[in-house]
Amino acid sequence: MKKILVMLIVVGLLVVTLGTSCKQKEEGTIKIGAIFAVTGGASFLGAPEARTAEMVVEEINAGGGIDGRMIELIIKDSAANPEKAISFVKQLIEEDQVLAIIGPSTSGETMQIKDIAESYKVPLVAAAAAEAIVDPVASYVFKTPQKDSYVAKWIFSTMQSMGIKRIGIVAANTGFGNAGKGQLEKYAPDFGIEIAIAETYDRAATDLTALLTKLKAKNVDAVVNWSIVPAQSIVPKNMKQLGMDVPLFQSHGFGNTKYIEAAGAAAEGIIFPAGRLLVAEKLPDGNPQKETLVAYKKAYESKYGEDVSTFGGHAYDAIMLVVEAIKNADTVDREGVRNALESISGFPGTGGIFTFSPTDHNGLGMDSLEMLTVRNGEFDFLQ
Amino acid sequence: MSAEQILQYIFAGITVGSIYAFVAIGYNIIYNATGIINFAQGEFVMLGGMIAYTFSQYMPLLPAIILAVIITSAIGGLIESVFIRRMKKNSVLGMIVVTIGISILLREASLYVWDEQIRALRFFTGSEISSVNIFGARISPQVLWVLGVTIVLVIVMFLFFKFTLTGQAMRACSENSRAAKLCGIRTDSMVNLSFMLSAGIGALGGCVVSPLTQTHYAMGTDLAIKGFIVAILGGLGNATAAVAAGILLGLIESFSISILPMAYKDVVSIVILLVILLVKPSGIFGSVQASSMKDY
Amino acid sequence: MKRYSPLLILAGTVIVIQLLTLITGKAFLLTQLTMSAYYVLVAAGLCMVMGYAGQISLGQAGFFAIGGYTTAFLTTIDFSGKTATAVYKILDSMGLLISKENLYGDTVIHISPWISLLAAVIIAAGTAYFLGVPVLRLKGHYLAMATMGFGIIIYRIVLGTPFLGEADGITNVPEFIIFPGVNVSGDFTSRVGNYYIAWLLVIVGMFLLLNLINSRVGRALRSLHGSEDAADSMGVDTARYKVNVFVIGAVFAAVAGFFMTHYNGGIGPSEAGVAKSVRYVAIVAVGGMANLWGSLVMGLVLNFLSLRGVFGHFDDAVFGVILVLMMMFMPEGFIRKSVFNDLKTVILRLLKKEPEKFKQGAEIND
Repeated sequence: MKKILVMLIVVGLLVVTLGTSCKQKEEGTIKIGAIFAVTGGASFLGAPEARTAEMVVEEINAGGGIDGRMIELIIKDSAANPEKAISFVKQLIEEDQVLAIIGPSTSGETMQIKDIAESYKVPLVAAAAAEAIVDPVASYVFKTPQKDSYVAKWIFSTMQSMGIKRIGIVAANTGFGNAGKGQLEKYAPDFGIEIAIAETYDRAATDLTALLTKLKAKNVDAVVNWSIVPAQSIVPKNMKQLGMDVPLFQSHGFGNTKYIEAAGAAAEGIIFPAGRLLVAEKLPDGNPQKETLVAYKKAYESKYGEDVSTFGGHAYDAIMLVVEAIKNADTVDREGVRNALESISGFPGTGGIFTFSPTDHNGLGMDSLEMLTVRNGEFDFLQ
Repeated sequence: MSAEQILQYIFAGITVGSIYAFVAIGYNIIYNATGIINFAQGEFVMLGGMIAYTFSQYMPLLPAIILAVIITSAIGGLIESVFIRRMKKNSVLGMIVVTIGISILLREASLYVWDEQIRALRFFTGSEISSVNIFGARISPQVLWVLGVTIVLVIVMFLFFKFTLTGQAMRACSENSRAAKLCGIRTDSMVNLSFMLSAGIGALGGCVVSPLTQTHYAMGTDLAIKGFIVAILGGLGNATAAVAAGILLGLIESFSISILPMAYKDVVSIVILLVILLVKPSGIFGSVQASSMKDY
Repeated sequence: MKRYSPLLILAGTVIVIQLLTLITGKAFLLTQLTMSAYYVLVAAGLCMVMGYAGQISLGQAGFFAIGGYTTAFLTTIDFSGKTATAVYKILDSMGLLISKENLYGDTVIHISPWISLLAAVIIAAGTAYFLGVPVLRLKGHYLAMATMGFGIIIYRIVLGTPFLGEADGITNVPEFIIFPGVNVSGDFTSRVGNYYIAWLLVIVGMFLLLNLINSRVGRALRSLHGSEDAADSMGVDTARYKVNVFVIGAVFAAVAGFFMTHYNGGIGPSEAGVAKSVRYVAIVAVGGMANLWGSLVMGLVLNFLSLRGVFGHFDDAVFGVILVLMMMFMPEGFIRKSVFNDLKTVILRLLKKEPEKFKQGAEIND
């Protein structure tokens, strides 16, 4: 019996081995790999990212591809598991022989595969936020979301102009939340702002009144919440319930109309820095990003029937940057694409105007963000 | 800590505790009828909120909630008749594994039926920004709804199990299902009813807390774990004690936040659970004599 | 020696598969085969706990994480700026420090993973013992809850502790040099070596477990699974056996976690999650509970497919379906004798046309 059993292993693996070899290989297509957390705990990020990437590739292929060559996008769903991201990135590099990889969605996964991309010399354009992804600069690793430090600085400079001195910070216990909390703590002294209390909470927390009571007792002038869903709609609701009337600042993770809807009337007056995607239509006509933003927004919303989010925008930037690099590359190989990526300059994306350099693989400046607020249930400029 | 603050922590604890209690009551009903723990209980809460939200787009809140409760309890009944009843080997291990499997399936299915977005039902009274002042502490009117529904539920459950024929029959099943069968009680339909009932209660809970906590496809697992802790704390099978244990756990968690970093909140509750399990597995409100007759 | 012949077949299969991937030019498959091997090790350990000792453990990922995080934490401490400290001098004089250059040209000095391997095993075994002694007195739902509680505690600690990387996990874990030339690392050039290291570990693990099952302890365990009270009254020290097996299961998981972390060059909190523990239970259940070979085959197949992303967005759903269907229709597991007898008779019938034999086979399928 055991012999048969072991035979089964052989048979099973043979099937898999042969099965993968039966795949049709199309000559001339450009393969781009993507790792997104489409399901699992970070699906708020990964799902719109994957949808965006699919949509963009469809559009490009419908328009004749890149110089007549079609793009083949291979999306892998890591469910935000680093070990899966590691397995997938090796698969994409070696087996699928992709030209470049976009994603992953979370900082934790990106940090785990950063060195792999670097040592196998495959361009990786991450849609995750942590600064450690591009610091130290790995020559093959890029990222599209704005730096957390910019967000922190924007929040603090706005606070300064509002005369806020003493703040409380709450952050979700995710890579995103922890990194943000770190940046806030790092830059607060530069702006003369005192952090009375900084706490993290579970990302799936559903009631934060106890935590906010702790903050309320510290008599803070303002609260900063750094999280992705669901907490960014719970914090404003809980604050109003507790009768906390101090201003609430949020991170750029608030960038989705759905969250205003979920927080309802409590969302009014929330202040947060974000890319211009959320206020695309409200931008003045001369803005260099406006065309890109409105086009993406319209395309996404009509195709999927849901509001755009800045997260999807990060994937849009990632794939568009790679496409732009392929167009500009002297030779269409990994080395060529990397070099072309690094020399991209003044490229309008959803996150801002990208200008990469050998020392800057994020390519965005402070001006990539805009202070926004919620007015009458809509995102609007703060000023 | 000022008096207002202490009161505020108490309210926070009671709010969270009532949510746990909803899940734990569901556990107890099924446990009483079948002796198994249904790990998919948290998913019923999620389904209730999701379905009610979808209907509330087209109709007023009350009929949407009623529909959600009915549909979810139908799903509960369906799960029993399709999966649980057909289990070949009725072992505890098998039941744990199969209900975990069902919970995964319900979760994944709702990811495809709806999506990964969060949803929140409208507030029953007032809105997101209204709050009620009680002795200096302030709470959302929705918290009062949660408390009210919990209290009504406990009373109704008590009356149902004590005075209605069906309720008595269900209790008989849990005492001794063979004897109940001999007395002419249809144990199969009692088990089915218990699944429908607990799914319905879970769904109702999901609707009442949705404005506060929001509803999301993956919320069930955490609730299931917390509800299980509460059910054991109170003593498996005892619905009233589950409510008390739920509120107790909510209070402990809420006050632990005032001293410890919130990141370790769950560690506190689980350590308490482990201690209770080892010292008094019958639960803090369970009787020691009764527990010595049971097999832990 | 008959009982070890499957081990030889396993070893042969491992070699044949490697050669096959070489011939077909699919050497990249070895990456996922190596990772699966480590998960198989966890499943084999859990199989002993669940299948043979009859104790459910919903916290096995916790032990895996203990192994992985212990080594990840210890081997990522950089001593290059601390050469003046006493700890450095002691470790250096004992030859337990390794110096290397990282990708960005900086020199990093870290302790030898042999130390962290020792630490991982000791911590895992100690935790399992002190957890097992009180907790294994519980049964059924209570045991499930207690072990799951342990798993959640580990998960929360990992997620809430800054030096364990919080939600990001730990990266840049150095390679484990077993002896010069043989490294546990995810480098493509040492892939074949790593494949053999991983499967050698599985073979050694299986050898130990098979010996255990066929020893006095194994017989005691089986009696325990049958009826604990009966075993107790026959003078079997059930409590001790249960704890010992629990410790063995934990050590298997921790060793797997240790190797996987060095192979991947890092570890994240998802390895400690309840979902992972449930997966291990699913694998053992599908493998047929008290069936080491079943756990091995299903652990390999399911993890291999999952790590290759074959299930796509349905990864969790697939495990859910497996759990439900197996428990409903095949509580004895997929890998069991009658299935093979059926297969065999079907094949024989097709080859030789022996209808009688097929009929017999069909009856076995209860």
